[in-house]
Amino acid sequence: MTAVTLTVNGTERSLDVEPRTLLVHALRDDLGLTGTNVGCDSSSCGACTVLVDGQSAKSCTMFAVQADGADITTIEGVADADGTLHPMQQAFHEHHALQCGYCTPGMVMAAISLVEEYPGLDEGGVRHGLEGNLCRCTGYQNIVDAVLAAAGSGGD
Amino acid sequence: MIPAAFDYEVAESADHAISLLGEHGDDAKLLAGGHSLIPMMRYRLATPSVLVDVGRLDDLRYIRTGNGTVSIGALTRHSELEHSAALAEACPMLASVAALVGDPAVRHRGTLGGTIAHADPASDLPAAVLALGGTIVARGPGGSREIAATDFFTGYFESVLADDEMITEVRVPASSGGWNYQKFNRRAQDWAIVGVAVAGGGAGVSLVNMGSTPIRASGVEAALAGGASAAEAAGVAADGLEPPDDLNADAEYRSHLARVLTERALNAAGVA
Repeated sequence: MTAVTLTVNGTERSLDVEPRTLLVHALRDDLGLTGTNVGCDSSSCGACTVLVDGQSAKSCTMFAVQADGADITTIEGVADADGTLHPMQQAFHEHHALQCGYCTPGMVMAAISLVEEYPGLDEGGVRHGLEGNLCRCTGYQNIVDAVLAAAGSGGD
Repeated sequence: MIPAAFDYEVAESADHAISLLGEHGDDAKLLAGGHSLIPMMRYRLATPSVLVDVGRLDDLRYIRTGNGTVSIGALTRHSELEHSAALAEACPMLASVAALVGDPAVRHRGTLGGTIAHADPASDLPAAVLALGGTIVARGPGGSREIAATDFFTGYFESVLADDEMITEVRVPASSGGWNYQKFNRRAQDWAIVGVAVAGGGAGVSLVNMGSTPIRASGVEAALAGGASAAEAAGVAADGLEPPDDLNADAEYRSHLARVLTERALNAAGVA
């Protein structure tokens, strides 16, 4: 077992993991943060997207040991302590950017990172930027609208 | 899909990584961004008994330009290539191709040295470095050596890298002349079914996913050098190649794509 210390949603957490433990399993099984979903389990679908040092990463394609010392943000960590939703969550809510909700945590985390990384996104940029996140329900239209709204680029 | 168990070592320097590789032999693999290796481990296509994590070697994350050369540290991430103003100025093709790799989350983790060492004939950046006439700097127990990209790739996921060598730097000439990259795929975030990179106004042309390695299209380059038009040169793009048959495309269709995409890439690079 290897000792790993992660700062998860602002709180330092220490755990012992097998080196082969994937970050998503450390988050879900060791830390109980089950908001991060496992979808395809092969780095295609993006359901497991979290922020590692502020940038989106697929937590099924990263060993927990690689994240030792890193700052991890999961979907549980984006709203304010008083329950006020993150602007991206609020935009998903207002634009009804989900149906079954399974892809939503990863989609929100990827979108937060995307808007930060690419200022001034247009619709094409959002569609291209979210190509690593699959939603099998919505046809993406409302997701794109939500991300554009949160990015301040319209979308209403 | 849990990888087989392995021992984990954190490299504190490139020399430390090389010494760990020497200690553990060919059972050890370097782990950089992990975005090729970890999926292979999850499918148990790779079962290394030791992983040497070089992902923390921040001194190998840099993009330096000068004297007509761009030198890029092996641990530089695709997203860093994509957003580098210096690279956009000195070698815009590499920055542009980096922005087409996978998706943003993949680009945040994947590294240039990693994708070159992985030697996947379907990857974008190895072919771009090949078309650019790049050089791979590899360090082993006896010191560093420079390997021309044209000599680097030897087979499917295989290169001239020894078991105890690691890539430390990739160099490409600062570009001159028109360039273009055509990536043809049917699904978002997929590898290219076929890709074509054109650098230096047609002086360097390479093909993605048209054989067991990234392939320098020397026939196309020679035809252009001999005065052929873009259309004529593109006509020989698939000559002598044995592209793979898979669920995306058979060999004949890939050959067709190689010719069509080569002509498009040449035209977009300003070659008539």
